[in-house]
Amino acid sequence: MTASEKQVLDAGGMERVLARIAHEILERNQGISNLALIGIRTRGVFLAERLQKKLYEIEKKEVPVGILDITLYRDDLSEVGPKPEVHETNIPFDLKGKAVILVDDVLFTGRTIRAALDALIDLGRPKVIRLAVLVDRGHRELPIKADYVGKNVPTSLQDRVTIRLKETDGEDEAVISGGPKA
Amino acid sequence: MTQNIKTPWTQKDLLGLRDLSVAEIELILDTAKSFSEVSQREVKKVPVLRGKTVVNLFLEPSTRTRVSFELAEKRLSADSIGMASGGSSMTKGESLWDTIANIEALKVDIIVMRHGSSGAPHRVSNYTKCGIVNAGDGINEHPTQALLDMFTLREIKGKIKGLKVVFVGDILHSRVARSNVWGLTKLGAEVVICGPKTLIPWGIEELGVKVIHDVKKAIDGADAVTLLRIQMERQNETLFPSIREYASTYGMNTELFKYAKPDAILMHPGPVNRGVEIESALADSAQSYILKQVTNGIAVRMAVLYLLSGAIKNEK
Repeated sequence: MTASEKQVLDAGGMERVLARIAHEILERNQGISNLALIGIRTRGVFLAERLQKKLYEIEKKEVPVGILDITLYRDDLSEVGPKPEVHETNIPFDLKGKAVILVDDVLFTGRTIRAALDALIDLGRPKVIRLAVLVDRGHRELPIKADYVGKNVPTSLQDRVTIRLKETDGEDEAVISGGPKA
Repeated sequence: MTQNIKTPWTQKDLLGLRDLSVAEIELILDTAKSFSEVSQREVKKVPVLRGKTVVNLFLEPSTRTRVSFELAEKRLSADSIGMASGGSSMTKGESLWDTIANIEALKVDIIVMRHGSSGAPHRVSNYTKCGIVNAGDGINEHPTQALLDMFTLREIKGKIKGLKVVFVGDILHSRVARSNVWGLTKLGAEVVICGPKTLIPWGIEELGVKVIHDVKKAIDGADAVTLLRIQMERQNETLFPSIREYASTYGMNTELFKYAKPDAILMHPGPVNRGVEIESALADSAQSYILKQVTNGIAVRMAVLYLLSGAIKNEK
């Protein structure tokens, strides 16, 4: 965290939030059967893996984790400009009949989730798809809502929400920065 | 959303590996790796080129490359149209320039082009806003074939730098060999060229390759051997005594292939002439990656079309 940033979740907070979401997932799904976690690249993947660990601690059963790259489904691809880098999608299990928990770090406009839903449907037909996010910062541009939210963080459009994870950034935290008066 | 860490792709054309930087080649290979997953799905389609139109202008015969490009386009959700010289107005005397201008007027985004004359796509690319993908020009380059060869090499061997890659056959008429030479030497492979003297282009050593005429010496310790077909259709003089004599001297077989490394891979861009440049049993052996190359070709072409489509500014 730097001077211009405001922390909204620290390492301990993130840990507790993920534990709560794991319990909520199990409660709503009435157990662990049929569950699958799919993380949206990049940070969603690590959050999905952490949820997998939490679920294992509670139920002693392993939930499969898949990796989804939504680049090919973005709605801004037809705009002229160099194409974004495409990474691999790797979902090593059949989606058919699964209760899929889609995992991402920040829910903002909802466009990433729309792309992810299209991508998932192309890969198979899950029984249900639910959405888990670490931070919901508002300002949706599409009719999309998360089922499991780590923390609701009211922001202005100019704010920047940054999630840092041990796996990618060396530490666990969520911060806001860069607003007009921040 | 996804960050752009690597150098973004900015060229509207893919004309040859001669013009590409190491970073650009690696960008295509990495992108292709991500696209290879699409062809393993039940629904083999992604919506990235929805609304884009691609014309496959094949002015020379082709099966593999053409089908591969068409599948790549369809799997990217582009609308694709095939054009061959036989069924087009080019037989009525229309020039290549006019044909291209007309295709552009039809609001086409990308033209995949195969032409019998070396340099044809390079010339044409300056006159059109459409992206041009060279699908083979005369004896000059066949960039997507070389890219899929490199993709296959990297997939099996894990790297390209330091590998010994040998090309045996008709190098003189081979655009596949030329593209591979440009690409492989850029990525740090050791490239050896082998064939009868009359089928080796004069001065090819200047491109940083070694020429060895003795097959056994050439493939000694090789990590990969690519066999090339004798292109009789491009020969109008006698460059070697007979096909049978060529086959007995340069034809690769299981015994001969033992001179390469035990884990060496065998590649061939096709079409294969069994019994000439390759023994049938070897072509079907576990060391042969010929069909793997064909599979990989689609992913590589998807990657190329995807990257090019970001740099095309044809008016809407």
